[in-house]
This record gives sequence, structure tokens and C-alpha cells, in this order.
Amino acid sequence: MNWLLLPAALVLLLPLAAAFLLTLIPSYRIGAWLNIIASGCTFLASLGLLSVRATGPHGLLFVDDLNIAFAIITSLVGFTTAIFSKGYIQSLIEIGRLQNAHLRFYHTMFQILLGAMNLALLTSITGVMWAAIEIATLVTVLMVGVYRSHEALEAAWKYFILSSVGIALALFGTILVYMVAQPVVGEGLAAMSWVKLAAHAGTFNPMLSSIAFVFILLGYGTKAGLFPIHAWLPDAYAEGPTPVAMLSCLLLNVAMYAILRFKMLFAGTLGVIPPGTMMVTLGLTSVIFAGLMLYRRRDIKRFFAYSSIEHMGIVAFAFGIGGPIANFAGLLHMAMHALTKSGLFYVIGHIIRVKGSQKFDAIGGLTSSHPILGWTFVIAVVAIAGLPPFGLFTSEFLIMTAAVNANPLLAAGLGVGLLLSLGALFLCLNRVAFGAPRGALRPDEGSLLPVMIHLAIVLAFGLFIPGEVTAWFQHVARMLG
Amino acid sequence: MGPFDIAHFLAGLVVLLSFALLYQDRLPPLINTFAAQSLVLALSVAWQAQAQHAPHLLITAGIEFCFKTIVIPLVLTWTIRNLKIHRTVEIVVSVGPTIIAGIALVGLSMGLMLRAGAGIGNLAHQDMAFALSVVLLGLLMMVTRRNAVSQVIGFMSIENGLVLAATGARGMPFVVETCVAFSVLVVLIVIGIFLFRIRERFDSVDVALIDSFRGER
Repeated sequence: MNWLLLPAALVLLLPLAAAFLLTLIPSYRIGAWLNIIASGCTFLASLGLLSVRATGPHGLLFVDDLNIAFAIITSLVGFTTAIFSKGYIQSLIEIGRLQNAHLRFYHTMFQILLGAMNLALLTSITGVMWAAIEIATLVTVLMVGVYRSHEALEAAWKYFILSSVGIALALFGTILVYMVAQPVVGEGLAAMSWVKLAAHAGTFNPMLSSIAFVFILLGYGTKAGLFPIHAWLPDAYAEGPTPVAMLSCLLLNVAMYAILRFKMLFAGTLGVIPPGTMMVTLGLTSVIFAGLMLYRRRDIKRFFAYSSIEHMGIVAFAFGIGGPIANFAGLLHMAMHALTKSGLFYVIGHIIRVKGSQKFDAIGGLTSSHPILGWTFVIAVVAIAGLPPFGLFTSEFLIMTAAVNANPLLAAGLGVGLLLSLGALFLCLNRVAFGAPRGALRPDEGSLLPVMIHLAIVLAFGLFIPGEVTAWFQHVARMLG
Repeated sequence: MGPFDIAHFLAGLVVLLSFALLYQDRLPPLINTFAAQSLVLALSVAWQAQAQHAPHLLITAGIEFCFKTIVIPLVLTWTIRNLKIHRTVEIVVSVGPTIIAGIALVGLSMGLMLRAGAGIGNLAHQDMAFALSVVLLGLLMMVTRRNAVSQVIGFMSIENGLVLAATGARGMPFVVETCVAFSVLVVLIVIGIFLFRIRERFDSVDVALIDSFRGER
């Protein structure tokens, strides 16, 4: 292997080695520290990927501008989640909701999940990407069920059934893509390699390509939480441990990355139905559906799970419209959403610990009872609502501009969806952060520093995007077509 | 019969057995039918290995045979007996409409794949039509059944369809092995964790009984 690919190999091997070590360590305290250290090293290795940006494919791995962006965000959020996870499990051990034996399992799964997501991002073979996403899914199922409560079991079961159907459809789509490519590219591994496929894009059988993309979109769309195959997402977020909800934001991104890769292949084919149209339809229905569903939630984690569906809808919509501006905005939106939403779940984890419940009825008046926690929550919600001066405002504004240019009716639909969710978020703020304090008033322990870092990055991107990053994202946007 | 005919004969038999899965009303025959489907699938994969001169497919056929025809049906039967699960299959939609829907799905996949796949190899696109039928029938089974065991069988029959598709695609690397490895993993996880935990807590594997909460709280 080329030595230049060392960071790519490290990003995959570090989590694997850590997972192996963590199965051997009985103490959960050491395990939690090791988990943090391993995730931190993975994050550093992912930054090292920047040095190999232009090296192209090498064997089963390949690095280009598109997947580096995702790998860095995944590793960063994985690192902060590991920090959060340490304090979180400490409190769960104290109230007796988890036992030591479960934690060994939990930490191992944590690292396997990170490794699998990085593998899905960095592999150059469609089949390996599918396998990595399947591993990530199975691991998440096991992590969601780790409480073994009635609700956690049902959430895990629902997640398992829906996502395995999605995974099966995605595999069928992957096989169809191979069959589409095989007459053009030739038999064997070449017909599954992104680089070879991309070189022949536009010469594939149009009708079969369309069918293949439908399966890919439905299959990976299940994992990306798009309507109408999103049903697992609120349950998995609400009933699993909070760190799993934070990592799930990343899994949504990985699934969207898979869809994008395939869209790049088929965008040039004169298909029966263009891939972009399908993505716009699914995206827009997700945004409006999630906007409506937000109003009836009584559980704070479930509420923000629907907000994730909304944001993935916006992303699918942006990439569906296509063109340099919308693609740029979609990419920015995915990055900003992953950072903001995982930070938000970090805060929510603290809130749940303070209040001892995740129901809205038991949470209120946080800004007066816990000023730091309360105001951090307010800032995070303002950021996720897409209000200025945060990065999500920039991306939503760009998406809106591109939508108006493409078709004003589409822009109107998106606007309705965005306003719906904005209203719901304000109602949520009003209940949770302001007014008279409700519920338990335990002191808040642990640091909110990782959230501040996430929010600072999001704020910085709202005010000023560095020229290097702009050039990089613009290049990716051109790649996406 | 030429090589195409035998491949089509076996693939068609897999589709027929998918229909047989749809109308079973008791769990033991359901498991037996699934075992029969996996057996025919193993034969079909073995035939493809011979027809495509791809000896590695024989390994796939062997794994299919050992796991899906013998081990998994035995484990499922043992689970049912030991957990004293109700032997009947709780259905949501009755058999008649389900079969009609199944026929419509097969018609759809035939019409779609035979037209769309005209450009690719002869053997391949007809196999794809059969495989899509098996996948869709498996989905239909998962939708119309409530019982956890029959949903898992529905899912495994989807996997059978995927194996059929992957072996029909000429010279496809990895995926057959991945497919088999993962179907085994999936089945082990399902049996090992979910059935036991569900049993442990609810004395039933009827999914409806753990549906007390539907996300609306």
C-alpha cells in the first residue's frame, strides 16, 4: 500500500484495535478513558487525510474531496460523543440503569460503529460500502437495545426490521448497479469500483439505471431517515442511550453519502426518471411531514428526532435540485447539521440527567434554574432552527435561492416546511427554557465545553467561511454535478 | 434442457416456494417450506457455479445448504418448542388477497425487469426478474405477518432473493460471500437476542403485544 494512504488506514485500524482492546478491559472507567483516547486519535488521523487529498484510488481504499469532508466530521463528532459518553454512563451506573458488563459491550460497539462508518466513507468498492453500512446498522441495533427496557426492546426491534429491509433493498440496488455496469466496464471488481464506474458514467442502460437508483434511494433512504421509511428513527433516538442518538446523526450522513455517490453515477444518464427528481420529492415530503409531526411530540428526544428527519429532507432536496449552489449548500448543511444536532443532543443529555425525565411536562424554566445549561440549549435550538448568524442559516438561504431559481413552486413548498418547524422549535423553547421552573432541580455536573466547540464552529461558518473550505466545497459541488 | 432452462427452472421453483411461504398458517410447515426454498436456492447456486465456470459459487451453495436448509430451520424449530410459542401464524391480511397481491408483484417485476434488462446478458436479466419477485414476495410476507418468527422468515426469504440475484450477475466479486456471511449474522442476532429477550419479558413473540407504545407519547 502507498504510504500516503497511511492516515486512511489509521482511521480504519484505530477503532478496530480499540474495539479489540475494550473487550479485554473489565473496568468501565478505564474503558471510558480508552474510548475517548481512541476516538481522539482517530480524529487526528482523519485530519491527516487532508495531506493525501489528491492521491486518488489505491486498492480498496480511496480518498477524494467528498469523503474527506465526511470522514473528518464523523471523527470529530465521534470524539466529542466519547467525551459525553463518559459522564453519561457514570450517571447511569449510579442510578443502576446499566451494569458493568453491559458497558464493556457498549464501548466495543461504540468503536466498531465508528470504524464501520469510516470504512463506508473511505472504501472504493460499492459492495464493501454496503457491508460497512450493514455492520454499522447491526451495531446500532444492539446499542439501542442496551437498556433492555420494554420500550428500548421495541425500538430496537422496529429499527432492526425496518433497517434490514432497507439494507436488503440497498443490496439489491448494488447488485443492479453491478449488472448495469458490467456490459460497459467489464466483469469483476472493476464494475464495483467508484473510480471505474465514474469514468463510464453516462453510458449505462438508462431504464435499468433508473430501477437501480430507486432501490438505492429507498434502501439507503431508510438509513437516512427519509419519509415514508423513517419510522424507526424517533424510537431509536428516544429509547436508546443518548450517545447513540448523537452517533446516529452521523449514520444519517453516511447513508446520504452513499446516495450521493450513486447519484453522481446516474445524473448523466438519460434515465426514465432523473435521480434528482426522486430526491426532491422524497426530500420535500420529509420536510413537510416532519414539520407537521413536530407539533405533537411530548418527548424531547423524539421531538429532535423529527427535526433530524426534517434536516435530512432539506439535504435530499438540495442535492436533488443539483447545480453548484444547491450542492454546495447541501454539503454545508450536512456538516452544520451533524455538528449542531450532536451538540444539541449533548445538551439534552445533560437536561435529562438534571430533570430525570425526557418528557416536556417535566422540563421547564431551564434558563432561570440552570442558566448556563438553559442558555446553551437556547443557542443550540436557535442554531438548529436555521436562524442567523449560524451556519445552518447560510446553507438554508443558499438552498432557498437555488430552489427559487429551479422552480418557485418547490421553493414555496420548502418555505412552508421550514416555517412549520420554526414555529414548533419556538414552542419547544418556550416550554423548556423559559417560564417558571418545572420538574426536578438536580445540579448539572460535567462540562458543556464540547457543545460550545461545536456551536462555535457552526457560528464561525455562519459568519465567515474560510476561502480554502469554500474552494474545497465548490470543487465537490462540481463533482456532484 | 439447456443450461438456461435448468437455471430458470430452479429460479422459478424458488419463486413458487415464496408463494408457498405466503399461505402457510402454522409455524412448523412455514419453517419446512423455508428450508425447501433454501435447498432449491442452493441447487440453483450450484448450477450457476457450473454454468458460469465459477467454482467459488460452490462454496456459497454449500453455505446456503448447511445454514439455511439445515441449521437455521433446526434452531427455529427448537426455539418454538422450547419457548412454547403459539404454533399458528398470526396474519394481518387473509391468505386470498395476499396471494393476489403476490401475483401482481410477480407480474410487475417480470414486466419491469424483462423490459429494462434487454441490454444485459440473456441469463442474467431473466434471473434478475425471478430474484426481484422473491424479494418483493418476502417484503409482502413481512408486511402481512405479525408474528416475530414469521417476520424473520420473511426477511430470510428476501435474503434468498438477494443471493439469487447476486449469483445471476456474472463474475460479481465479494457479494455472494458477504451476503451469506451477513445473512448468518443477522439470523444469529435475531434468534439469539430478540426472540429470547422478547420471550423473557412478554411470554410471546407476537410483535403486536410489544406494540403498547407507538411513538405517540
